[in-house]
Amino acid sequence: MSDQLTLTPRQRDDLRTIAAMIVPPSEEYRVPGAHDDIIQADILATLGRDTKQVVAALDHLARLAGMPLADLEPAARDGVAQQFRISGGVAAATLVRVVLQCYYRDDRVLRSLGLELRAPFPGGHVLPDGDWSLLDPVKARGGALRRAP
Amino acid sequence: MKDPVDVLIIGAGASGAAVAWSLAETKMHILCLEQGGWMNPAEYPSTGRDWEAKFYGEWSSSPNVRGRPEDYPINDDNSPIKVVNYNAVGGSTVMYTAHWPRLHPSDFKVKTLDGVADDWPIDYDALTPFFEENDRIMGTSGLSGDPLSPLTHPPMPQQPMGLSGAIIGKAMNKLGWHWWPSDTTVATMDYEGRARCINLGHCTPACAQGAKSSTDITYWPHAIRAGVELRTHCRVREITTDENGMASGVVYYDKDGVEQFQPAHVVIIACNGVGTPRLLLNSASSRFPNGLANSSGLVGKNLMFHPYAQIYGYVQEPTDSNRAPPTCLWSKQWYDTDLSRGFVRGYGVQFVRGAGPVFEAVVSEQKGILPWGADHHRVFRKLNGHRLGFSAICEDLPEEHNRVTLDPVLKDSHGIPAPKIDYTISENSRKMMEHGLARGREFLETAGATDICVNSPIPWGGWHLLGTARMGTDPERSVVNEWGRSHDVKNLFIVDGSIFVTSGGVNPTSTIQALALYIADQMKQRLANLFD
Repeated sequence: MSDQLTLTPRQRDDLRTIAAMIVPPSEEYRVPGAHDDIIQADILATLGRDTKQVVAALDHLARLAGMPLADLEPAARDGVAQQFRISGGVAAATLVRVVLQCYYRDDRVLRSLGLELRAPFPGGHVLPDGDWSLLDPVKARGGALRRAP
Repeated sequence: MKDPVDVLIIGAGASGAAVAWSLAETKMHILCLEQGGWMNPAEYPSTGRDWEAKFYGEWSSSPNVRGRPEDYPINDDNSPIKVVNYNAVGGSTVMYTAHWPRLHPSDFKVKTLDGVADDWPIDYDALTPFFEENDRIMGTSGLSGDPLSPLTHPPMPQQPMGLSGAIIGKAMNKLGWHWWPSDTTVATMDYEGRARCINLGHCTPACAQGAKSSTDITYWPHAIRAGVELRTHCRVREITTDENGMASGVVYYDKDGVEQFQPAHVVIIACNGVGTPRLLLNSASSRFPNGLANSSGLVGKNLMFHPYAQIYGYVQEPTDSNRAPPTCLWSKQWYDTDLSRGFVRGYGVQFVRGAGPVFEAVVSEQKGILPWGADHHRVFRKLNGHRLGFSAICEDLPEEHNRVTLDPVLKDSHGIPAPKIDYTISENSRKMMEHGLARGREFLETAGATDICVNSPIPWGGWHLLGTARMGTDPERSVVNEWGRSHDVKNLFIVDGSIFVTSGGVNPTSTIQALALYIADQMKQRLANLFD
C-alpha cells in the first residue's frame, strides 16, 4: 500500500469519475451526482483515517484502467468499475463507503429524500406511541417461564 | 510509595461502577483505576451532521478500528466474531444498545435441565434483589408482565411503539408468536437527573441527551459523592502478590505514562471477559507461572460471545429508520430448549427498527441490493426508511477451545501484551442460528418484506464477552467461588461477565451488574472474615 497521504490530481480525477458511476445525477429526483464539486470537496476534506485505503483503491483502479478512467470508452469504463468492485477488497469498499457517506449528508440529497438538514441532537424526533392493544393476543395466550429446580 | 487503599477496583464500566457504589457505604478507602477518561456528551456523534460517518472511524464499536489512546488492540483474526467494546468511565455502557433483558431462572440450571455445560453455583432468586436495585439505579423503561420473561418492575413506561413496532407486532400476531416491549435503559421520562429520550436514533455510540443509561451518569456520580476515588487514564499492567500469595496491589501506567505501584488490601477486577483474563495472564509470576488465579487452567477459556443471526428486509410502509432507539421489542418464543428443533438451549430475539441513510446506502451497496448507476436513486428510495430487522441472540455454550490468550507479538501503547482470541461457532450454535434465520424469514415475509438480507453471524457482533473466569464451587473447574472470590488468591475478586458459567440467550449487562451488586453484598456481609 502506498504511504502517500494526499491524492494526486490523477487520483482526484479518477475518484470523481468513479463517484459519478456510483451515484450519477438525477433530474427526476433533483439531486447531484457524487462527482459534484461540493461533495468531492467534502470527501477530500474528511478523508482522514480512510486516506490510505482510498489511495490504495485508486491505485488499484488505475492499474485496472491503464489510463485515466474518464478517458475510457463507456463500455470499457463500466467493465473496469465492475472489476474494481469485485477485486478491490477492503480498499474498494472503503472508497465506496467514503463516497456514500459524504453523498448522503449533502443538503440537496437529504432535501430530496425528505430528511431534515440537521444533526439528530438536540431536536430529536417524535414517535407515535402506537396501539398497545396489539399486545392483547400475547397477553391472552399467556405462558410460563421454564421452571428451574 | 503510595499508601495502600482498602479496595482497588480495576475498570469503571458496568460492573466496576456497580461494585464501587455498593461498597462505598462501608466507608473504606476505595480506589478505581480506569484506562479511559470521562466522556464529553457534547462531542457525541449525534451532535453533528456527520453522525453516521463517525461510526466507521473514531466511534467504531471495534477498538481495533477506533484506535483511541484509551483502547488496547485485540487480535481477533482467528474468530468469525470480532470483539467490540468501549474504554472510558462507563465502559461499554457508553456504547451499547441499552437492551435490558435478564437471564432467565432456567439459565442458571443448564446442566440439570438440559444436561449440557454446568449449573451456576447461585440461582436467579439470589440475584433478584440486585436486579431490582440495579434497574432502579440504571433507570429502566418497559412494561411489566411479559409472560415469557422474568417479572420486572421498570420504573418508567416502555418506549413508544413507533412505526416499526406496529409492523412487527402485527406480523408476530399473525404468526401467533410471542413479542413484548423490551426493557431498556432508555429513560422515557425525566429520571434522576437524566432527561427523557427524544429519539436521537443513534443510541449505540453514546447518547448526547443522556437518556440512555451509562454508568458514568448513573452509578459513578453517586459513588464519587460517597467517597470513592476514580483515577482515569490509568492502565493496569499487572496485579502483584506478596509472599503469602495474596494480592498486594497493582502496577499501572498513569496519565503521563509513568509506571506506578498502588498497594491494596483487596483487588477487584472489572475488565470484561477479554480484559480480565488478559490482566490475569499478564500477572504471571514465579508463584503463579500460568497466570494469577489460574490453578484451574481455566483463565481465558470458555469464551462465549452470543453469535447473532440477523436477518432483515424492506417493507412497503415507512419504518422508524434512524428516528428512534434501534431496539424496542423482543421475543422469547424460542428461548427454551425444544429438542425437536435440532439443538439444545435457545435464543432471544431483538427486533431492529431501521437504519440511517448513510448506513443504509453503505450496507446495501455491500450486499449488492443497491446498484451503481442510473437506478441507484430509485432503489435507494425503496430501501431507505423501510428496513425492518430480526436478530436471534443465540446462547453460546462454554467450550474450552474458545479462549483468550496473550498475543506473542501484539502489544498496546504501553507495551503490555494484547489479548488474542481463538473462537469458533459450535455446531449447536450454528443450528440455532439457522433456526433463527428461518423464523426471521417467516416473520419478514409475513410483514411483507422483500430484498431480504442476512448477517450471520454479525461479524462485528462480539459485544458480550463472557465465561473466561467462570464461577463455581470446585476450584479445579472454576476460577472464582460462588461469591466472586478467586479460589487461589483470597483477596482477589472478579465481578464482570467473565464469571458467567453459561451465557443465556439475552444481552447480559443487566445480569452482569446484578452479579456485581450481589458480590459486593456478599463482601459486605463477610468483612470480618473476608479472607478465610
